[in-house]
Amino acid sequence: MATTADDSTQVATAGGTGLPGDLPPVPDGAVMLTVHIQRFNPELDDAPHTESYRVPALPGDRLLNVLHYIKWYIDGTLTFRRSCAHGVCGSDAMRINGRNRLCCKVLIKDLIGDKRNEVTVEPIKGLPLLKDLVVDMEPFFDAYRAVKPYLITYSAEPTREHVQSPADRARFDDTTKCILCAACTTSCPVYWSEDAYVGPAAIVNAHRFIFDSRDEGGRERLEILSDAEGVWRCRTTFNCTEACPRGIQVTQAIQEVKRALMFRRI
Amino acid sequence: MTAAFDPPATRGIEAPRAPKRRVGGRRGTNFEMYAWLFMRSSGIALVILVLGHLLIMNVLDGGVHRINWGFVAGRWSSPFWQIWDLVMLWLAEIHGANGLRVIINDYTRRDGTRFWLQLMLAASVVLVMSVGTLVIFTFDPTMS
Repeated sequence: MATTADDSTQVATAGGTGLPGDLPPVPDGAVMLTVHIQRFNPELDDAPHTESYRVPALPGDRLLNVLHYIKWYIDGTLTFRRSCAHGVCGSDAMRINGRNRLCCKVLIKDLIGDKRNEVTVEPIKGLPLLKDLVVDMEPFFDAYRAVKPYLITYSAEPTREHVQSPADRARFDDTTKCILCAACTTSCPVYWSEDAYVGPAAIVNAHRFIFDSRDEGGRERLEILSDAEGVWRCRTTFNCTEACPRGIQVTQAIQEVKRALMFRRI
Repeated sequence: MTAAFDPPATRGIEAPRAPKRRVGGRRGTNFEMYAWLFMRSSGIALVILVLGHLLIMNVLDGGVHRINWGFVAGRWSSPFWQIWDLVMLWLAEIHGANGLRVIINDYTRRDGTRFWLQLMLAASVVLVMSVGTLVIFTFDPTMS
């Protein structure tokens, strides 16, 4: 389908003959949703622009279903990442109505109101834009790697396994949930203006090992995070906590790392 | 065609200055930690110092209307109030300046802008603190 200009939205019309290339029948109870998506094709465009699509969606659908509908039936050039589509892989973080969310966890019924059947979808901010909703995640993973997110031990290996009490395991349970979707880091205003800041996600993953009783590399990680671009740049705006699709108390984790640094006590 | 699209002002924010990234490259100081700690401790101290100051100056014993040359001279004849005012001046100035330093670091985009703003800030701190300290210690009630 040819792309249209400005506000003339691209509408999917139901076919129903069952032939290949036809649109699927619109199910009962579907609402027409207008989706404004920030599009950018590096080979054609000088700057990103917004395109709008009108698609049928059930209230119980996820926003990912809507993006699939657009890609499969309206405009196949729409580019976005998704993998598991069930909120575990962390591929599809995007700005939905201005908030960082996983589009596979956002339900249509939570986006529409009595008067509003519109939703805005943009790529996450603060990372280089590659195409449409896809950003270059490499700077994000650089910061992640910088905090040594793996078990470090120096003492003799135990003969069987590293034993840990349930209480010790519970100490860092919250930060084990991170799926590296970058929703927190790209919601952080400090990261927007200065991407040398390691960002909340890297601190969360450092926290996961710093407070692990089996790990012995906590001191090195704390030294890394005490850098000028480390935890002290956090302004506790709580954007990260608000954005985290796994419900991790990100700001609290950052503050716990600050406290550990202050008292050098892990 | 793999080049990342990264011009300014298209994402609402400028491109991250990726080449500046130096995570993990420690420069061997805990300056930011001490700055952070200073902001908390000086903040607590300033609550007491400033509220006490406001109480004395504006509320107690006739409040602001009794303040004149003689009142100030009387207060600064006591080393206690000299030290109180000195500590309040220094803490407030450094506390505020550190806050501005952080804001400048967060918001400036170009290294040149940042340098000059920080330099102006540092100059204003030195000026205010030296003039203030000078007045507290050299105030002479007999001069007119």
